[in-house]
Amino acid sequence: MSVSNDQMIEMLRTMTRIRQFETRVQEFFAAGKIPGFVHLYIGEEAVATGACGTLGATDYITSTHRGHGHLIAKGGDLKLMMAEIFGRRTGYCKGKGGSMHIAAVELGILGANGIVGGGGPIANGAALAAKYRGTDQVVVCFFGDGASNQGTTQEALNLASAWKLPVVFVNENNGYGISCPTCKSMAVADIADRAAAYDIPGVVVDGNDVLAVYEAVAEAVKRARAGAGPSLIECKTYRWRGHFEGDACVYRDDQELADWVKKDPLQRFENKLLADGLLDAAKVESIRQEVARELDAAVAFAEQSPLPEAAEVLEDVYA
Amino acid sequence: MAKKTYLQALNEALDQEMERDPAVFILGEDVGQFGGCFGVTQGLFAKYGEARVKDTPITESAIVGAATGAAAAGLRPVCEIMFVDFIGVALDQLFNQAAKMRYMFGGKAKIPMVLRAPQGAGIGAAAQHSQSLEAWFMHVPGLKVAIPSTPYDAKGLLIAAIRDDNPVVFLEHKLLYGIEGEVPDQPYTVEFGKAAVVREGADVTLVATAKMVHTALDAAAQLAEMGISAEVIDPRTLLPLDTATMVSSVKKTHGLVIVHEAVKFAGAGAEIAAQVAEQAFDYLDAPIVRVAAPFTPVPFSVPLENAFIPNAADIVEAVKRMRG
Ligand SMILES: Cc1ncc(C[n+]2csc(CCOP(=O)(O)OP(=O)(O)O)c2C)c(N)n1
Ligand SMILES: [Mg+2]
Repeated sequence: MSVSNDQMIEMLRTMTRIRQFETRVQEFFAAGKIPGFVHLYIGEEAVATGACGTLGATDYITSTHRGHGHLIAKGGDLKLMMAEIFGRRTGYCKGKGGSMHIAAVELGILGANGIVGGGGPIANGAALAAKYRGTDQVVVCFFGDGASNQGTTQEALNLASAWKLPVVFVNENNGYGISCPTCKSMAVADIADRAAAYDIPGVVVDGNDVLAVYEAVAEAVKRARAGAGPSLIECKTYRWRGHFEGDACVYRDDQELADWVKKDPLQRFENKLLADGLLDAAKVESIRQEVARELDAAVAFAEQSPLPEAAEVLEDVYA
Repeated sequence: MAKKTYLQALNEALDQEMERDPAVFILGEDVGQFGGCFGVTQGLFAKYGEARVKDTPITESAIVGAATGAAAAGLRPVCEIMFVDFIGVALDQLFNQAAKMRYMFGGKAKIPMVLRAPQGAGIGAAAQHSQSLEAWFMHVPGLKVAIPSTPYDAKGLLIAAIRDDNPVVFLEHKLLYGIEGEVPDQPYTVEFGKAAVVREGADVTLVATAKMVHTALDAAAQLAEMGISAEVIDPRTLLPLDTATMVSSVKKTHGLVIVHEAVKFAGAGAEIAAQVAEQAFDYLDAPIVRVAAPFTPVPFSVPLENAFIPNAADIVEAVKRMRG
């Protein structure tokens, strides 16, 4: 699967957006400006970027509690996202959802999700609708290593394979479900091995290599669009921050984190593009600056937006 | 007597019961070294080890099922569901399996398990991490439902729950974990089905659960300044439900306001209102009033969440309206 130069630069921009978005959220959360929980995606940017890079505007994704990166990669508007995280009525969900429930149905983003394993069955439903209507839309279902152990996820894999649904199950194996390392939550070393149980392709990729993710998902998307059914792509990666902001991470050691920080997916892709001569240091810097300005605007929009009125609590329960 | 937090009281109950009875063990997500998402099982992994404080994968159905099966086979599991909202994933194991086994098997099985879960809004955790679901569990014959509001009751009810031979759903309000109160060091039980009169009064009865007990006490203090003497009753367990204490209070005060954080429609308050009306209708000077959340999911944004959660002013207002 060949990726054009422009596409690669776009992917670098997306990864930069995610990194900077999350860094801002981290700061504002620490400053007490964001209520509730936030789960940051720093260190995992290559997965969302590579996977969503294969999708078109009408394709769907289901996301997770760690969803900011997925939304950005699928084209989410930074202003509307930031406003939602700040609880403003101008946000994607009018302040009703917050970080854990941001959705942009018009962009095919069927929502972040507060329920671990909630996304798989929903992804199947969207894929079923595509198949039913005879469109060539596909669905990418993001889910974690922890989520892979939920019955809902395994049920969804089975149904998708039995019905040959156009779903690509993209597993983000960052090694932990909160404090629980994968070695304690499952006996298999590779989540992709479980694909065998459903007779679907199961592929392990380096989740910190955006092009490797892109290629594996692109192959699976092609297969899904052709009517050959689902695939399971396991992306090995790592979260740099705690499970949620405020998590002291007593369950992992600093060395492990330091080792993964050395494998920074953003730095690595930048280095590759520089080495390949696709861009120079000045261009990298200008991308950073442009993204920083987008984020300044997003934060200003969020901060200047009104909070919802109390009476709005009653709106939107029923259609 | 020492002052302890609600969270410490729960932790002490678990610790003392594990010490007393080797059949008691804990399972749940992140309950081990991590100590539980809210810290309730802190220190127990270090003391009792992996065999008795078991971290599970993220797999609520298998957690509740494992507790049910282990209980049927003679152990006394205490399982933790990290947020009560996640019970949706595991409902079959709870309401079709754990709750019904004894009855379906003609009384031949015992399911002495406890399912602990934090509930409630107030931390901006939004729709899937903030619900109060006690009414769901109250609708299932075979379960018991405890909902402590104080550190004292938290410890005594949890010990009683662990010693009970039936499946108990034990609901903790996440904003109560930090409150302090007198808690004896020794193990003790608080009997299920015995409401507490937490403040005596003569003019109106406020029945409240969980965090709303404290909100009702605030309202009672405000009402006192207006010359209205409110009695505050905490049922402590909703199943079994001590209606006798409420009925005798209403016979004295002639007015009833029920307060809970769960949505009003088909909430625990509906059952309480119905029972009091059935048993003490002639003593009521005015229709029973419920102060509870609107019929919506729990919203994220602070002003919306504040509008969702009943407050003391709502209770005062309801009492004033009731009294004309
Ligand atoms: C049904 C359910 N169980 C438990 C939780 C609490 N919880 C939130 S995120 C999480 C860990 C998820 O791990 P993983 O799927 O690996 O995703 P990661 O956080 O690593 O991105 C847990 C246990 C939840 N939100 N929903
Ligand atoms: Mg994980």
